[in-house]
Amino acid sequence: MSDVTEIIKKQINQSGKKREVLLPILQSIVERDHYLSSESLLQVAKSLDISAADVYGTASFYSFLETNKKLGKYVIRVCKTIVCDMQGKREIIEAIENCLDIRIGETTRNNKFSLLYTNCLGWCHKGPVMLINNEVYTELTPDKVRRIINAYKQNKQEEL
Amino acid sequence: MSKNSLKRLDIIFAPYSTSPYKLLSELLKKDKDAIIQELIESGLKGRGGAGFLTGLKWKLAKEAKGNEKYVICNADEGEPGTFKDREILSQVPRKVFSGMALCASIIGANKGIIYLRAEYNFLKKDLQKEINIFEAEAKKLNLDFSIEIFSGSGAYVCGEETALIESMEGKRGEPRNKPPFPVVNGYLGKPTVVNNVETFVSARMVCSIGAKEFNKFGIHGQKGSKLFSISGDTPKGGVYELELGLTVQDLVDEFGDGDTKAVQVGGVSGFCVPRKSFAKRTIGFTGKFTGDSLPTGGSIMIFNSSRSMYNVLHNYLDFFCEESCGQCTPCRVGVQQLLLGIEAIKANNKPSSYLKTLVKLADTMRVSSKCGLGQSIANSFQSIVEEFTEEIIY
Repeated sequence: MSDVTEIIKKQINQSGKKREVLLPILQSIVERDHYLSSESLLQVAKSLDISAADVYGTASFYSFLETNKKLGKYVIRVCKTIVCDMQGKREIIEAIENCLDIRIGETTRNNKFSLLYTNCLGWCHKGPVMLINNEVYTELTPDKVRRIINAYKQNKQEEL
Repeated sequence: MSKNSLKRLDIIFAPYSTSPYKLLSELLKKDKDAIIQELIESGLKGRGGAGFLTGLKWKLAKEAKGNEKYVICNADEGEPGTFKDREILSQVPRKVFSGMALCASIIGANKGIIYLRAEYNFLKKDLQKEINIFEAEAKKLNLDFSIEIFSGSGAYVCGEETALIESMEGKRGEPRNKPPFPVVNGYLGKPTVVNNVETFVSARMVCSIGAKEFNKFGIHGQKGSKLFSISGDTPKGGVYELELGLTVQDLVDEFGDGDTKAVQVGGVSGFCVPRKSFAKRTIGFTGKFTGDSLPTGGSIMIFNSSRSMYNVLHNYLDFFCEESCGQCTPCRVGVQQLLLGIEAIKANNKPSSYLKTLVKLADTMRVSSKCGLGQSIANSFQSIVEEFTEEIIY
C-alpha cells in the first residue's frame, strides 16, 4: 500500500528527475494514500536525491498535503473564512459532526470520512461551502449537508 | 435614474466571436512594440491586487536576455471574498489562453503554465480539454506555445508571485527577496511574466479595442473596468464587471441589503470602510489625479449592522496566523500577537490602551515584513480597530 515507487517512476519518466516534480509526486501520493507517511517521504527523498528534511519541510508547508495522520477516503473541508462563517458555517459543521459521529479534525473509525476546516474556497457568494475531495458543494444547509453525507455513505454520490 | 454613478459592463464574459482564436491570430500579426506601447498607454494594471503596470511588466520581460522564458497565469485565487478568476476560467478560458499566447509571442516564451489552486482542482478536466483545443489551434497559427496546468496544494501565500515560483520549483511557498524581479529572474532563474487570470483577459481586451476605447471606461479620473466579486450581506452576490472609480456608496446602493455597516474592499488584506466614509472613498488605483483611492483585486465583502466587527477581525487574524509562511519574524510573530492582543483586551486581561500598542505593531509589520502578505495585514487591522474601537474593546 505504502509503496510509492510506481508513482515516483511515472512522474520522473514524464518530466525528468528534478526538483520541480516534487509537488506533483506528493500530490499523487496523497490522492492515493490520503496522507504522506514517513516511509513515503523517505522514498521520495531518496529517488529525487533531496534531503529527507527538505522533502518533509516542503510537504508540511502545504495544507492539502497531510503529513500527520492518515485521512479518510473522503476528506471533507468546510470553509471557515469570514463570509462562510457569517452564513452559518457552525450549523454545517454541527450537522456533519452529528451525521458522522466525529468532531472537527477527526476521521471516522472505518476510515471513510475526515472532517477538516479550510480557508476561503472561493465561493463566498454561495456559502456556506465545502469540498469533499475535489468536489464542491455550495449553498449548504444542515438538511442538504446530511443528504450529501448520506449519499457518500451509501456510495451514491453520483445521484447528488 | 438614481444618483448612482456605478456603471456595469459586459466585456470579459461576453460570448466568443464565431472563431475563438481569430482575434488572436490578428493580434499576433501586430508589431510587438506597438502592442506594448498600447498596453502602457492604457494604464492597465495587474488585476490580482498589487496593481503593477502590465505593459511595463511585458516590456521588461521582452528586454530581459534569455532564450528560455515563461508565461505564468496566476490562478491561485486565495484572497477571501474573491472568486472572479474561477468564473473566468470556467466561462471564458479561451480569452485567458489568448492573453497568455499574446504575452508569450511578445516576450519570446514558448511555455505557459497555469498555477491552479488546489481548491479549484475540479476545473482541471475542462481546462485541459480547452488547452487541447488551444494547442491544436496554435499549431495552425504556427505558434510555438504550449500550456500546462500546475496544481497548488493549499497555501494562500503562493498567490504572491515569487512564492508561486518557489512552489512550482518544488519548494516551500516562501516569497523571495525582490529584486531581482521575476521578469529578469523568475521560474528556474529564467525571465518570467506572472499575471493574474483577469489581467491576461484585460490585456487581450486592450489590444483588441485599443487604449483609447479602454480609457473611455472609468469614473472620477480612474481608467478602465474590472471584475468585482461581491459577497457578504447582499441579496445579489456574484461577479460583476464595473468601471473603476466608483465610490463605496455606489456599491452599497446597488448591492447592500439596506443596513450596511461596513464594506471590506480588497479582501482581508484590504481596507474596511465604515458607513460614514462610504461616499468619500473611491475604488481604483492611487495616482496623481485620483488621490487616495482604494486598490483592490476586486474582493468586496459587505457587512450589515448585525455583524460584530470584533468577530470579523478575529476571523481575519485567524486566517493570517494560518497562512503566514513563517519565513520572516514581523509577519509570523506579529500576526499572532495581534490576535492574542485583541483577545486579551476583550477578556479584560489588558487595558484598552494596549490597542495603541497593537496599532504600532501593525505599523512595524507594514514596513518590515518581507512580502505583501505581512505588509498588508495592517490595512484591515488598523482600519477596523480605528473605526470600530468600541466593538473591539467591549
